[in-house]
This record gives sequence, structure tokens and C-alpha cells, in this order.
Amino acid sequence: MRRIEAIALAAGTAEAQDALLVCNIGFPSRELFAVNDRVGNFYMLGSMGLASSIGLGLALARPGRRVIVLDGDGSVLMNLGTLATIAHRAPKNYLLAILDNCCYGSTGSQSTCTHLGTDLEKIAKGAGVAGARTVTDAEGFSRALQDDGVVVMKVEVGNADVPVIDLSPQQLLSRFVKAASMPPVNE
Amino acid sequence: MYHNQSVMNPSTAVYRGMKRAGIDFAASVPCVNLQQLLALAGGDPAIIHVPVTREEEGVGLCAGAWMGGRRPALLMQNSGLGNCINALASLDQLFGIPLLMIISHRGSAGEPMVGQMPMGRLTAGLLDTMEIASFSPTPSEAEETVERAWCLAAKEGKPVAVLLDLEFWRGK
Repeated sequence: MRRIEAIALAAGTAEAQDALLVCNIGFPSRELFAVNDRVGNFYMLGSMGLASSIGLGLALARPGRRVIVLDGDGSVLMNLGTLATIAHRAPKNYLLAILDNCCYGSTGSQSTCTHLGTDLEKIAKGAGVAGARTVTDAEGFSRALQDDGVVVMKVEVGNADVPVIDLSPQQLLSRFVKAASMPPVNE
Repeated sequence: MYHNQSVMNPSTAVYRGMKRAGIDFAASVPCVNLQQLLALAGGDPAIIHVPVTREEEGVGLCAGAWMGGRRPALLMQNSGLGNCINALASLDQLFGIPLLMIISHRGSAGEPMVGQMPMGRLTAGLLDTMEIASFSPTPSEAEETVERAWCLAAKEGKPVAVLLDLEFWRGK
């Protein structure tokens, strides 16, 4: 599956679940913005590695709202400690979806260690996320998107031809904070 | 040794300042000087306290918590400031996200550990270069200063530091 297709699938699911969606830096955010922009999306523009942490803080602050994080293999490898913190807190309203294309896709597709065999599912399990799993197709990813914890979704290398996000950081933040402050639709 | 009952315990003073500011979320990496404060924050049911593996991770957690309506503080040693510079700039400062940083300043006068000296010397300059406002109160000033630091962070949407050196933790 192409990454943009996985992103579209996650974004559609998040929309249906009224979930807040925190997205990793670089092309993933641009692809999300292109396929399904909504006020409940937070596009991380800098701070590589911290999407999972931002989402975790949000999930702990708003236990009544579901939070999905779209992250990448390179970014999670940069902040591996996040898996231990996620395991320790384990909020039921939090899912970390790692889109693993085995490379740094936004900087020229240089290989990451997952290309050499590093297994993020096993690392997550070792950190204490018992339910961590790897999926490789739309069906498996769709099922995982209904769950909490950590899922590694294997995707193809390559970025879609999408424009840069044309909203300012202040615009992106203010509309997201407003969306995050809303009560859950189903309660 | 606090023979004078009117002298405030430094950790209690900082904690009271956090409470006055309404801090209800704290991420932390320990420092020996923060142990009492970490116990106070960790034992407070009104504060979600998340021990993190690295200070930068704490910047991310605090940013997310603020987006979710919380008032966040990051408790750490000044060595950890070096671990979170990019996040402070390209997350908090870029988007305009407030953060209260309570920083134990090692490597200041009287420091016994040689390894603390390089960052100890550089800390004030790093904060200055990053245009992060920094306060260094005495224990008797700390309660009010911590509250003021959060108010500035919230008003201007940016990280603010309270830098507490060895003398502070000795109660001076």
C-alpha cells in the first residue's frame, strides 16, 4: 500500500470516530492535508520525533476523546523512549500508528534501521506494549485503527505529489485546539 | 536545617507556586535537587505527572496536554535543556504554545561534579540565545515567581524558565 493511501484510510477512520489526529512532520502531514484536511488534524511542522509524545499528552489531558497519531519509522527511532512511556501510561483512548516505509521519506529516502531488520513491533513489545502488532494491508490496518496501543503498518517507499500546507502555524494550532476542546460527539 | 519556621522549604515554595499557577500536568526527568518536588507533584491527584525518558519527549507531552486544555510544566535538570532545544524552538515557539520549565541548575557555584560544569556554564546563555525569559528567585520569592512565570508563558504563548541553582536548593 502507498503511504498516502494508508493516511487516507486512517484519516477517514479518525473522522468517523470523531478522533483527534496528530500527524508526523514532512510529507506525511502534506499528504494528510491533501487527502482529508479537517480541524481535528494537527500537523506537526517541526520537532521531528515528537508526534507520538504530543498525541500522548493530548490523550492524557482529554481522556474522553480518542487520539490517533500517524508517525513514521525514522521519527519513532528518534524517540524510542516514547514506547516505554506509552506502555507505562497505556491510555485506552490512544493509538500510535507507525507508517513504516523503511526510510527517511522526506529527505531523499535514505534507509532507516527498519530497512536493515530492526523490528518496531518487537521494540514496542519489549517496552511493554503487549498488544503491539504489524500489519501489511488495508484490511489489517483498518482493524488496527479500531484499537488502542501501537500498530506498525508497512507501506511503500515514496511521496505523493502534494503541495505544502498553506496555513500558518498559528492557524493550524488555533483551529485544532478549538476542535480538541469539543466534547466527544457520542457522549 | 530550617530553624526558622518562617523560612520556606525550597521545594514546597516551588510546588505552591505551581499550584497557584494552576499547573495540572507535569512531565519530568529527575534531578537529585528535584526529588522533593517530584514527590509533591507525583502525589497530587490534581496533577497528571508523567515521568519521561528524555526531556524532549516531555516538551512534546506538555504541548499535547496544553492543546487538551491543561496547564503544563516540565521539571528537569539544566543538562536536559540541551536535549530539548529543537523542540522548544520548532514546536513551542513556532506554534505559540506555553510551557513552564522548572530547571534545576547544576554546574553553578559550589558544584562538586565536574561533568555538570560545561552545561552549567552555558545554560543562561542558551536561554538568552533562544529568547526564553528566565527567572531565578530565592526560596522566599519562589512561590510568587513560579506563578508569574506561568502567567507570562500563558499570556505570550511561549516557554518560560525558572532556573534554580545549588544555593536555591540549600534554602538561600
